[in-house]
Amino acid sequence: MSTNPAEYKYSSEHEWVSPVVDGVVTIGITDHAQSELGDVVYVDLPSEGDSFAAGDSIAVVESVKAASDVYSPVTGEVVEVNEALDAEPGTVNSDPNGAGWLCKVRLSDPSELDALMDAEAYTAFCE
Amino acid sequence: MNAEQIKNTPLCDKHIALGARMVPFAGWNMPVQYTGIIDEHNTVRNACGVFDISHMGQFVVKGEGATAWLNGMFTNNLNKLVDGMGQYSIMLNEKGGVIDDLIIYRLGEENYFVVVNASMIDEDYDWLSAHKPEGIELTNLSADYVGLAVQGPACEEVFAKLCPGVELPVRNGILCFNADGDDVIVCRTGYTGENGYEFFCPAAKGVQWFEKVIDCGAKPCGLGARDSLRLEMCYSLNGSDLSPEKTPLEAGLSWCCDLTKDFIGADVLRQQKAEGRPTALVAIEYTGKGAPPRHGYEVQLQDGTPLGELCSGVLSPSLGKGIGMAYVPAALGKIGTPVNVMVRGKAVAAVIVKKPFLKK
Repeated sequence: MSTNPAEYKYSSEHEWVSPVVDGVVTIGITDHAQSELGDVVYVDLPSEGDSFAAGDSIAVVESVKAASDVYSPVTGEVVEVNEALDAEPGTVNSDPNGAGWLCKVRLSDPSELDALMDAEAYTAFCE
Repeated sequence: MNAEQIKNTPLCDKHIALGARMVPFAGWNMPVQYTGIIDEHNTVRNACGVFDISHMGQFVVKGEGATAWLNGMFTNNLNKLVDGMGQYSIMLNEKGGVIDDLIIYRLGEENYFVVVNASMIDEDYDWLSAHKPEGIELTNLSADYVGLAVQGPACEEVFAKLCPGVELPVRNGILCFNADGDDVIVCRTGYTGENGYEFFCPAAKGVQWFEKVIDCGAKPCGLGARDSLRLEMCYSLNGSDLSPEKTPLEAGLSWCCDLTKDFIGADVLRQQKAEGRPTALVAIEYTGKGAPPRHGYEVQLQDGTPLGELCSGVLSPSLGKGIGMAYVPAALGKIGTPVNVMVRGKAVAAVIVKKPFLKK
C-alpha cells in the first residue's frame, strides 16, 4: 500500500512537495515512485543556487536497471540538497516521504502549488 | 514491438502471482525482479536462485554428417566433445561477425542439443536451415520446453530434493532422464558465474516444476539480477556485447574459435589474427564516484580522446562500483589504461581492467 502524507501536494510525475515554510518547500519522490524504480543506487542532485522551472529535470534517481529524471513540480531556486543520499541512496526506498527527501526549493510562484494534487487525488491517480 | 507480438512464457501468470515486475525483453514479457535486483543478485551469489529461461531456444540436430556440418557452422570444435558433454560456441556470418552465441551438447553420435538466445531463435533456425545439407534433421523444440536456470552455491542441495537419487552431470555436461513421469534435461551450466544448472522440462508441466524448485529452496530471480550477475563475470550478451559487425576475436572469445578447422567466417578471423583486430571488448571499472555506467555512455581517454561506447554497464552489487564493457581501438585498450566514462556531461574516472570483474 502506498503511503501519501495528507499534508503534501503531488505531481503527476510522482514527486511530492511539502507545505511551505518561510517560502521554501521540500521535494521528494513518492512511495509509489520508489516502489516502481526498485533499489535506488545513486541520486544525482542539483547544486545549491541552481534555478529550475516547473517541469525541468531537477535530479536523476538511478536504480540498478534505469536512470529516471525527477521533474521539478515548482519553479524556484535550490537552497539545500540532501547530501546524505550520496552515502545512503537507499534511503529514497526506505523513507521516501521523510529522510529520503531530495532538495529544498525557494518558490518563485507559490500559486503553482494550487495546480498539484492533494493526497486523495494522487492516491486515486496511482490506481 | 507491439503488444500482440510480445510472447509470454508458460510461467507468466506464476511470475505475476509471485509479485514480479514484468518487462519486455527480446520480444518476451519477462520478470525483471520480484523482491529487488540487489537482493536477488546476492541470493544467487550466496544461496540459490531460479530464473525462467523458457524464452531461450532449443534445437536438436541429428543424422549422418551432423558433426561435420555443424563444425562448419560453429567456431568451436565438436570433435572435442564426448557423449553427454557440451561446449560454448559461436555462429558467424560470412564477415566473421556474430549471429549468435550458444551452447551445444553431444547427446550421442551425430545427435546434438543446442541452446540459443531468445531473440535469435528464428534467425538462427533460418540460417541453419539455409545451409543444411539433405539428410540432416534440424528441429526447433523451443516451444516444447520450460527452462529453469538454478544457480548459486546451494544449487546441489536444491537438486538433491528436486530429483532424489539423481546425480548432477559434471560441469558442461548434460543428462536426460525421467523425473516424476516427465522427460527432463539437466545441463550443468549457467550465466551467473556460480555453480548451477539449467533444467528443461515439458512446457505443460513448467509451472509445477517451477513451484517444486522454489519449494526445494531456490528463490525466484529476474532478468535484472541475471544481467548484473553475468556482467560481473564478463559473460557477453548478444545484441549488446556481441553483434554482426564484431568478430569473436574482437569480443575476446578467441578461446572458443578453433582456427585449425574451417567454418563460416573463419577466413576473416585468420586474417584478423594475422593483421590485428581493429577493436577489442574491454572491461572498464570505476575508480571515481559517479552515476552508474549504462549502455551507450561514451568512454574517453582522460585527455578527451573518444574510445567508444559502453555496450553494457551496471553498478556491480558484489563489488559496489560501476562496471561495464566497451569496444575500443585495440591498441588503446591495454589493461591499466585510465579512462573516463561520460555520464550526462560529467566525467567519471575509470580504468581498463582484466576480465572478469569478479575474481572467484
